[in-house]
Amino acid sequence: MPTASARAETPYALPGGAVRRSLLLIGRGLRSQPRTFAIAISASVLYGLGMVAQGWVLGRITDTVVVPAIEGPGVPRSTIWWAGLALLGIGLLTAVGVAGRRVFAGMASFDVQAGHRRLVTRQYLRLPMSWHRRHPTGQLLSNANADAESAGFVFTPLPFALGVLAMLLVASGAMLAADVVLGLIGVSVLPLVLVVNAVYRRYMSPAITKVQHERARTSDVAHESFEAAAVVKALGTEQLEETRFDAVAQDLRASNVAVGKIRSVFDPVIDMLPALATLGVLAAGTVRVADGLTGTGAVVTTAYLLTVMTFPVRAIGFVLGDLPRSLVGHERISRVIDARGYLSEGDQDLPGRGGLHLSTEDVTVTVPGITGGPDRHLLHQVSLDVPAGHTLAVVGPTGSGKSTLVDVLARLQDPAGGQVRYDGVPAPSVRTSDRTAAIALVAQNAFVFEDTIAENVTLGQVDPSTGAPYDADQVWEALRTARAEDFVTAMPDGLDTVVGERGASLSGGQRQRLAIARALIRRPRLLIMDDATSAVDPVVEQDILHRLRSYAGGVTVVLIAYRSATIMLADTVLHLDGGRVVDHGTHTELLARDAGYRRLVTTYQRERQARDSQEVR
Amino acid sequence: MSTQIASTSTLGVLGTLREGMRLSPAMRRGLGVTLVLAVLATTGKLIVPLAVQVTTDRGLLAETGVNVPLVLRLTALCAVGLLLTAACTSWVNVRLFQAAEAGLAQLRVRAFARVHALSTLTQNSERRGALVSRVTSDVDTISMFVQWGGMQLVLSSLQITAATVAMMVYSWQLTIVVWLAYAPMIVLAPRAQRALNVAYAQVRTRVGIMLARVSEAVVGAQTIRSYGAEQRTQHRLDEAIREHRNAAVRAQTFASLAFSSGVLLSGLALGAVVLIGTMLGIGGTLTVGQLLGFLFLVQLFTGPVQSATEVLNEMQNALAGWRRVISVVHTPLDVADPADPVHPGPRGPAGLELAGVHYAYPGGPPVLRDVSLTIPPGARVAIVGETGSGKTTIAKLLTRLMDPDAGTVRLSGVDLRDLARADLRERVVIVPQEGFLFNGTIASNVAYGRPGMTEAQVEQALTDLGLGPWLATMPDGVRTDVGQRGEALSAGERQLVAIARAYLADADVLVLDEATSAVDPGTEQRISTALTHLTAGRTSVAIAHRLSTAEAADLVVVVDDGQIVQTGAHHELLAAGGVYGRMHASWVSASS
Ligand SMILES: Nc1ncnc2c1ncn2[C@@H]1O[C@H](COP(=O)(O)OP(=O)(O)O)[C@@H](O)[C@H]1O
Ligand SMILES: Nc1ncnc2c1ncn2[C@@H]1O[C@H](COP(=O)(O)OP(=O)(O)O)[C@@H](O)[C@H]1O
Ligand SMILES: [Mg+2]
Ligand SMILES: [Mg+2]
Repeated sequence: MPTASARAETPYALPGGAVRRSLLLIGRGLRSQPRTFAIAISASVLYGLGMVAQGWVLGRITDTVVVPAIEGPGVPRSTIWWAGLALLGIGLLTAVGVAGRRVFAGMASFDVQAGHRRLVTRQYLRLPMSWHRRHPTGQLLSNANADAESAGFVFTPLPFALGVLAMLLVASGAMLAADVVLGLIGVSVLPLVLVVNAVYRRYMSPAITKVQHERARTSDVAHESFEAAAVVKALGTEQLEETRFDAVAQDLRASNVAVGKIRSVFDPVIDMLPALATLGVLAAGTVRVADGLTGTGAVVTTAYLLTVMTFPVRAIGFVLGDLPRSLVGHERISRVIDARGYLSEGDQDLPGRGGLHLSTEDVTVTVPGITGGPDRHLLHQVSLDVPAGHTLAVVGPTGSGKSTLVDVLARLQDPAGGQVRYDGVPAPSVRTSDRTAAIALVAQNAFVFEDTIAENVTLGQVDPSTGAPYDADQVWEALRTARAEDFVTAMPDGLDTVVGERGASLSGGQRQRLAIARALIRRPRLLIMDDATSAVDPVVEQDILHRLRSYAGGVTVVLIAYRSATIMLADTVLHLDGGRVVDHGTHTELLARDAGYRRLVTTYQRERQARDSQEVR
Repeated sequence: MSTQIASTSTLGVLGTLREGMRLSPAMRRGLGVTLVLAVLATTGKLIVPLAVQVTTDRGLLAETGVNVPLVLRLTALCAVGLLLTAACTSWVNVRLFQAAEAGLAQLRVRAFARVHALSTLTQNSERRGALVSRVTSDVDTISMFVQWGGMQLVLSSLQITAATVAMMVYSWQLTIVVWLAYAPMIVLAPRAQRALNVAYAQVRTRVGIMLARVSEAVVGAQTIRSYGAEQRTQHRLDEAIREHRNAAVRAQTFASLAFSSGVLLSGLALGAVVLIGTMLGIGGTLTVGQLLGFLFLVQLFTGPVQSATEVLNEMQNALAGWRRVISVVHTPLDVADPADPVHPGPRGPAGLELAGVHYAYPGGPPVLRDVSLTIPPGARVAIVGETGSGKTTIAKLLTRLMDPDAGTVRLSGVDLRDLARADLRERVVIVPQEGFLFNGTIASNVAYGRPGMTEAQVEQALTDLGLGPWLATMPDGVRTDVGQRGEALSAGERQLVAIARAYLADADVLVLDEATSAVDPGTEQRISTALTHLTAGRTSVAIAHRLSTAEAADLVVVVDDGQIVQTGAHHELLAAGGVYGRMHASWVSASS
């Protein structure tokens, strides 16, 4: 496999026409696993030699042992034994060849597949969120699995074909030596195989492309539908989902059958070619013998050699038959591997300690509008400034752009315009590892890994202040602060309890607390909480925030919240609506001068008062 | 009450085939004709050896000199024969693929439907990525096998049979010798098969784990990025990839070794035939011609045994995949439709009742202990309690996403287990805690489950729910794309769509599990006021952290540590103090 740096220059996708791409695919594969392929091909040669030797030895034994023993002068018993043993010995060599070829061809092919998978999944981790939002999960699963597999498909039969190529060459030479005309008829099989293959490929490529596409669609519908299981159950739409899946399954069936039909014609035709050539040799040979141009021996030899050739031709047929699938698979994974648009990598440190000074200037985020329309502004010229150790509350109605702002603040995406600064350094200039060490984001939907509680908190990372992995005490402390201690203690294996996929064995609020602990253990300099305490009791929330403030050196906090008590903990409040800053100031200031803000944060209060007064009346 | 899907079924090779065929009836369609055609196609293999023999004996070496016309006629005839054979083979292939693919499509859909019918997904005891592999790549392995190997296997077995019959005609003694040479294989094969089953089942399991990890890396992309956890995730992915590769190589190596012994045995067979055949010849039982003919037949016999080595490997993989799909279909339904459903009575306000309910998640501690609760028809109920106290679990039991371990849940007096699923869903609908949107538009998501609903109707429904102003901010109105999993909407917006969807389902009981947790207070208030009006007279159960919901409810249910500790109207409970009193005091101080 090309290294990461080499990839930067050479696209992973294969250039050129079908033939060139096929050769490149094979070449790259062979070069990626030179040793394994060398062993597999050698074993395959051994196997080919064994096959030829068997035919030759059998002929010799017939002439020198069997016939003399039964009809002729007779041979010693030991000779008969030796003949039997010789055949057994050749069988042994051939068996070693077969085993070696299969084992190592398989290994090479799985290694090629694994290599593709590693590259593909590295990309999944490296490409920006915007890329992920454009690609269905099911499709990405299919790229990493079915397509990577297909791309490596051709390498299983390849050593076989390459190994018996020698056999083919020897047979061709022997045929031509026996009689040129008959030899030419025999050798003509090879170009014919290539012609048939060219035709085959023309039909096969689009058909296979379709199959891989349908496989991805099937995977996508299944993945989406299983992810939606709760909704499906809740609304009782199982039948609807089945119908939806049936539709893609039937499409996949149809395209599989289409591929099968092409293959159904190709395989017998490839098998038929040497047979037809044999008949040609027999007919032409008889004519030539009658004309005295050649001897009977040459005809029989050529015919025999052609039957020997059937096998290698078939092996080459396997490779040629698998090539289109591999090319399509390769093309599909290349689209992932060649995708770019990584967030740029900075090289500046964030050396400070204590709270981080966060500021933005005119941050604007856009997404493409409806077709033909202008871009849609999710954020429009948002400027803010949070001095080190201060707390900013971002308040705004649903869909006003709070989470989008948070994404930009944590540099999960770069704004289309404007600038985010950490301690005055533009965010893109900061080294990634420094940024992730200094900033912790608790997202709106807590994501939990299928792993132990401890791993979910530490993410297997080291404590930057000591350089050592986080210890259990630190984990417990973070859990305690996040008010997750009780439920973790109650778990069967405590910190080592494995939570199900996506943290399935936890309740929603427990997941949130785990996510908060994950942020806290890092002692971040900037903590961003995107409505992360919605399922946490208000008293607990207050407590968490108070503890945060007591951190040595202080911490800068950006929090998104609706409860007035939480908001009051903040030094300043930013009121966001429709992606624009409506107002910016302290809670009291905003209450006094910003009617929209007042409406938003006093909703519950007013509701309560209304109800109370109703009841009084 | 729960069922875990077994990682694979324990069926043997034939058992798997039989069960697989039973589950996919389309696979058997026309199988007889296909087999007859396959026999014809196999017979065609004899054309070339026959032509060589006749040409040599009666053409080239004819006593009257070289017989050109005969050879020309013969070869022309044989060529036609070859073409017919090829056509026949193609036809067999096509029939085979058509039947197999039709059958596999059936199997896929059956397994898919089964996954939804089971409660594992709502109990979250299965990995989604891994389940996806059961209806995709596991079935694909079968399909691939049929396409690239199945025909060969059929032809090979036929050829072995044909060769055996022909060998018997020449010499029964030598036929026994050949079969004896293969005896070790016949004896050891079942054992090897079992070991191979295990090895290939491992491979399929590893594929499932790998897909689960990929799915985690993709769905958790945001978290991974914000914590710089790429390394760790990559490490986990690499590990899964490596484990899969190792399992595959292990299985493949084992298969190769097991079956290359077949090649060795064919050497043994050949040697033994030469040895014993010559002895028999010396004894006068066999002529040279017969022995030579027999040697040729041995090749016809061993050839397919060898090509089977190419195929059996993939067959094992396919069988392993097949078993995994079968095991999904075989998982007993935990939340099954009753054989004899009770009719739930006329539509209209319905009451719900929990009586002595106990529940524990598979393998976990008890989560609900002896919970009893009566929800009168038409009541607006709020369930409150600390996170992890069991509120969601109660909601899932009320809507029969799972069945209780003990006790009963009743709808208007009827045990939920006696109701048909379709009837139940008409009456009781839940908006789950994690609203999920399908890739599509707002309209398609709101109208989900109600085909035939127009965009205008969707718009009307959203307006009725007080969401008109929000909709106006969407760039393309109800046609706005919601993106993968609805991620092009904000979390709160996703919840709004989910509520609208459930509202349109028009059930007698609506259960909302923190359905507005990410929505701003203003919108929340608007939507809950609207819902109160729109669903007047119907029963509603709302789980909420914001106690504004409880303040407005007819009945408040307080859950604490798996038990219901208080029930009553808001101010009754306030007056009583206790858990609710504390919760409410903290809420009031936080929200004013
Ligand atoms: N990837 C996206 N593509 C298009 N629109 C988006 C995308 N992400 C968010 N939006 C839209 O941007 C707006 C702001 O979203 P968000 O920042 O999540 O709001 P909130 O304030 O509720 O957190 C919403 O109206 C949402 O529909
Ligand atoms: N799928 C599951 N498997 C195992 N345990 C679970 C599962 N779901 C929830 N639990 C546990 O059951 C308890 C109650 O959870 P839940 O009903 O979701 O609480 P909540 O009151 O927050 O809705 C929690 O302790 C949680 O850890
Ligand atoms: Mg948000
Ligand atoms: Mg819950």
